[in-house]
Amino acid sequence: MQVNTVYQPEILIQNNKTFSDVNNEVSVHTERFPTFKWWFCFLAATSAFLLGATLASIMFRDGLGVLGLNQPNGWGVFIVNFVFWIGIGHAGTLISAILFLFRQKWRTAINRSAEAMTIFAVMTALIFPVIHTGRPWYAIFWLIPYPNQRGLWVNFRSPLLWDVFAVGTYFTISLIFWYIGMIPDLASIRDRAKNGIRKFIYTVLSLGWRGSNKHWSHYEIAYMILAGLSTPLVLSVHSVVSFDFAVANLPGWHTTIFPPYFVAGAIFSGFAMVVTLLVIAREMFNLQSYITINHLEKMNKIIMATGMMVGYAYACEFFIAWYSGNPFEAYAFVNRAFGPYWWAYWTMASCNVLIPQIFWFKKARTSIPVMFVVALFVNIGMWFERFVITVTSLHRDFVPSSWAYYVPTWYDWGITLGSFGWFLMWFLLFCRFLPVIAMAEIKAIMPTETPHKEVHTNDSK
Amino acid sequence: MIQNNSNHKKLSGVVGIFDEPHALIMATKKTREFGFKYFDAFTPYPVHGLEVAAGLKRSPIPYVTFVFGLAGCVLAFLYQYWTSAIDWALNVGGKPYNSWPAFVPIMFEVTILLGGLSTVAALFIFCGLPNLKKKAFDLSITRDRFALMIEIQNLDEKDNLKKTKEFLQSVGAKEVREVYEEGWGFSL
Repeated sequence: MQVNTVYQPEILIQNNKTFSDVNNEVSVHTERFPTFKWWFCFLAATSAFLLGATLASIMFRDGLGVLGLNQPNGWGVFIVNFVFWIGIGHAGTLISAILFLFRQKWRTAINRSAEAMTIFAVMTALIFPVIHTGRPWYAIFWLIPYPNQRGLWVNFRSPLLWDVFAVGTYFTISLIFWYIGMIPDLASIRDRAKNGIRKFIYTVLSLGWRGSNKHWSHYEIAYMILAGLSTPLVLSVHSVVSFDFAVANLPGWHTTIFPPYFVAGAIFSGFAMVVTLLVIAREMFNLQSYITINHLEKMNKIIMATGMMVGYAYACEFFIAWYSGNPFEAYAFVNRAFGPYWWAYWTMASCNVLIPQIFWFKKARTSIPVMFVVALFVNIGMWFERFVITVTSLHRDFVPSSWAYYVPTWYDWGITLGSFGWFLMWFLLFCRFLPVIAMAEIKAIMPTETPHKEVHTNDSK
Repeated sequence: MIQNNSNHKKLSGVVGIFDEPHALIMATKKTREFGFKYFDAFTPYPVHGLEVAAGLKRSPIPYVTFVFGLAGCVLAFLYQYWTSAIDWALNVGGKPYNSWPAFVPIMFEVTILLGGLSTVAALFIFCGLPNLKKKAFDLSITRDRFALMIEIQNLDEKDNLKKTKEFLQSVGAKEVREVYEEGWGFSL
């Protein structure tokens, strides 16, 4: 039997694409009228957003009483959505920054769309802390520590303020990281443009990038530093979000496991969202040679690994509740699994821990329908995780006479639906106007980098 | 595209076009060894080894990031200390006014924020971005071709121009042409 000992580098881009194929196939979607499928999705997303915006406007007029909040459930679906959307964003930074630092070359096909998802997810998340105040036009000023006529400062010891800085920094750094990565590709689209208006817009967006070697040498260092800064940043963001709960003295919230548990959950849910979006996008824009089954399989492995970390955290919380000997802590957890919200707890546990186990089978990991369904379940499960954490700790507080069941109203649900519409609307606009694959980065990892003369056609003049 | 016969535009250099990165690296190396000082390569993606061939120094951007990151950290602490302990000392939950462990998350975030913003600012300054004055001289460079431009410092020397062209041909350029200084065709 012959053993092949020669190391074969992994083929990341399939079907012998040339450099000019990359430009053609990635840029063409920015240059033609969108397809019917795109318009259908865009109109659906915009309608959902408008429904949410209308309901939010009514909420501003009538007050927060239209929501399902009551005493003692002062936090509801809005904070659930905030944590959910911030978590979704984390996979983008993991792919773009952490996998970059670990030299995982397969990330290059998916990093652009994953980063775009991060930015839109953070934009979606930011809606909720602002609108939950009921008077957002005042609240956005109260969040920022600037000298003001009220003569007061914000409370720098509060995790809610740490959140403002963490999420604000996260959004800013993610945006510039994404934009810097995109400059060479915007220049590619500029140089293809025949239409004058398009040429003008992409010339401005690409900042006059010319691909100079001197510029590349600065660019690569800057990109690496931004990746290096984003890595601890992304870990800090969900840790700070978890402090919103962990710093409060409430059983079920006040645990030291929260920061790593939240970060693992964020990556878990974020990867599920990346898989959901990419499965659709690669079909819609014919990118199967770039975003391959191999890429999706790797993401599914990460989903399964982080899913088990989350499962470990669920188990660990129960163990500590028992081991601590604290009756309040023990009650909070028994109530979580077997109390009035048992259905939410078991939805969470089965979606997040049981269902991803199917990825032990290679057939399931590489099957598009299976991974799409699993990713949807993971998204549902992770939404319920935040619901369980928020609501089960609140609905039965220390005084049994004040216990109350929390039921979201259709304002809660409509605004939640609107947030999905808002997110998808931005993502679809991104797919239409910007390069969904990092063309310049792809070229550096293609087999053609050591050129195959015979396939390297040269039609430029 | 560049008009070759334009008399009113200033000649900025001669460009040689290459089809593949390895040829460009070799040509860049020879250009430097030959003694040209003002030259630059243009590629659709960062070609590794080219910065060595061109004799470029490592970018100083990391120092900028470090200084601004450190400044962010210190400023964030001072600001929180001043507002919480000096300007309006407020007792929150019996904690000391200078409850510095609680200031750490914001110190960290501002470190990252200033570090990141200064990195981008430094990138733009070092690369002269946004570049309004120099138009892309070949549309295929952001796609699949590679170029080496040697700047002509003195236009009057016809000999100089001819010699540079011959040099580029001798190092393997598939195509050699003159490049004239030209903006993007619109003003901002």
